[in-house]
Amino acid sequence: MSPAVPGVPIEVHDLTVAYHHRPVLWDIDLQFPEGKLIAVVGPNGAGKSTLIKAIMGLVPLASGHVKIYGKPAEEGRASVAYVPQRGSVDWDFPTNALDVVLMGRYGHLPLFGRPRRRDKEIARQSLEKVGMLEFANRQISQLSGGQQQRVFLARALTQQARVYLMDEPFAGVDASTERAIVTLLHDLREQGGTLVVVHHDLQTVPQYFDHVLLLNLRTVAFGPVAEVFTAQNLQKTYGGQLGVLTEVGERLRNTDWSRRRG
Amino acid sequence: MNGWAQRFDEVSFAPGTDGFWIVLVGALVAAACSFVGCFLVLRRMSMLGDAISHAVLPGIVLAFLFSGSREILPMILGAGALGLLTAFTTDLLTRHGKLPNDASIGVTFTFLFAIGVILVSRFTGQVDLDLDCVLYGEILYAPFDTLKLNGADLGPRSAWVMGTVALANLAFLLLGWSRLKVCAFDSALAAALGVNVVLWHYLLMAFVSMTTVAAFESVGVILVVGMLIVPANTAYLLTDRLWLMHALAVLAGVLSALGGYLLATALNGSIAGAMATVSGLLYLLAAVFGPRHGVLSKQIHQRRLRTAPAADSVSG
Ligand SMILES: Nc1ncnc2c1ncn2[C@@H]1O[C@H](COP(=O)(O)OP(=O)(O)OP(=O)(O)O)[C@@H](O)[C@H]1O
Ligand SMILES: [Mg+2]
Repeated sequence: MSPAVPGVPIEVHDLTVAYHHRPVLWDIDLQFPEGKLIAVVGPNGAGKSTLIKAIMGLVPLASGHVKIYGKPAEEGRASVAYVPQRGSVDWDFPTNALDVVLMGRYGHLPLFGRPRRRDKEIARQSLEKVGMLEFANRQISQLSGGQQQRVFLARALTQQARVYLMDEPFAGVDASTERAIVTLLHDLREQGGTLVVVHHDLQTVPQYFDHVLLLNLRTVAFGPVAEVFTAQNLQKTYGGQLGVLTEVGERLRNTDWSRRRG
Repeated sequence: MNGWAQRFDEVSFAPGTDGFWIVLVGALVAAACSFVGCFLVLRRMSMLGDAISHAVLPGIVLAFLFSGSREILPMILGAGALGLLTAFTTDLLTRHGKLPNDASIGVTFTFLFAIGVILVSRFTGQVDLDLDCVLYGEILYAPFDTLKLNGADLGPRSAWVMGTVALANLAFLLLGWSRLKVCAFDSALAAALGVNVVLWHYLLMAFVSMTTVAAFESVGVILVVGMLIVPANTAYLLTDRLWLMHALAVLAGVLSALGGYLLATALNGSIAGAMATVSGLLYLLAAVFGPRHGVLSKQIHQRRLRTAPAADSVSG
């Protein structure tokens, strides 16, 4: 989290990923810039989650490689925190919110070690940051969907990473939770963090994010939102699928870019 | 009724009596099994315990053929190897053969068990291996096979074996606690944090195999499979805390050993069968009366919801 050594947090080179010989990501070449809030958008099945998983080493790569701060991904992953798409864990597991958040510290533990008081302190602070401290002792299946999402965010915070990969953190949360998450993301960015966020709500992309990656099997466009988040690129990404496209295009034309950071 | 009362009078748990040793061995099996069984249950691999307990048969026979004795160590090694092979093959079939997990477990263990049966029938003339004893080891005989050191009687061998296994499992559990937990709850996170998920999976399988075969010999297959899974499931219904789940599983297992012995004496029936029955009954009790998942508490909760909907929605 310290003011980072200048460098590229994540480089993706010639990346191709296939499930059962069917490519779902094709020849992706990217350099995510440091200290930016980056949206990944694309239709369902575009390969957004797969890209995140490929960076985390959770799916086999058909070709290409990933570098994290210039190092091979295996060595660099300790500085990356990952918030999976919800529903990837067993919610009936006998554990409470604080325990789940504490798991974010396990990467810092020695081989046979247990979390210490300091780790618990960090976990509690993270819960507090997402406004979930009062639910610390609640069994996780007894939390609402938005609360579960916040617990996962808190878990990523305890990792004290420099890069955050988040798969749809805004899915199924109410407006106030969404605002709280956005504030949190902006705080992390102010502290020098780099955040890559899979996002479905096109309307809020210009408002929340600095950069955007338009993805559909290949990279359609990647760059600062003001430059690449155009109706034309969206059309290329979503094809004819998206009825609201015209509406988004309309809004884009009316966006006052200078006010965006406010 | 008179007969029953009389039989209960004969039951004695004084140290050194047969009753004491049988219940002690049963309790040690329960503890050893619970220490590894809880994570099996949490990872939805209950049937893998069953599978391993059958699939180790060829391992036992081969170990027996090579060592020519019924020493416990070669048997544990042989069975351990086969247990790992089961876990490995199951994995392989699920991942690359596109079989559902339960199907690959079924295919693997029937295949290995069948090979074991062939081995036993082929070599049964040459080696003195009693299939009954391997498969249906009887806890009733546990007190008679004692361990002797320089002529001193140290008590039943199976108590020592199971005591050692229980301690080994406890050590594994305590040392690996954090890793086992994160692997079971969220293996993607575990991998992302740099935990060797595959290694911990096979370590757990190795300990399950070792426990199974050690307990096999002393108490028989029914009791092992029962103790591995049933008390852990009972505890799962009773608590939301992971450590408490382990403690309750041990407790349920020990109660089953004790209650089973009493039941068997009363009915003059199979002790292992009675212990397994009692553990099943305890599960039933938990399923009905359990505080959170129990059928009864759910009913009550729903009735309360119906009568006072406003009060409950506030707490959410
Ligand atoms: N484990 C898997 N096995 C086979 N195919 C998969 C697997 N996971 C994903 N796919 C396929 O890969 C493609 C990309 O999936 P991915 O999950 O990356 O999409 P996504 O962009 O995250 O979609 P969504 O917006 O729905 O989350 C999809 O066509 C999907 O069907
Ligand atoms: Mg996805």
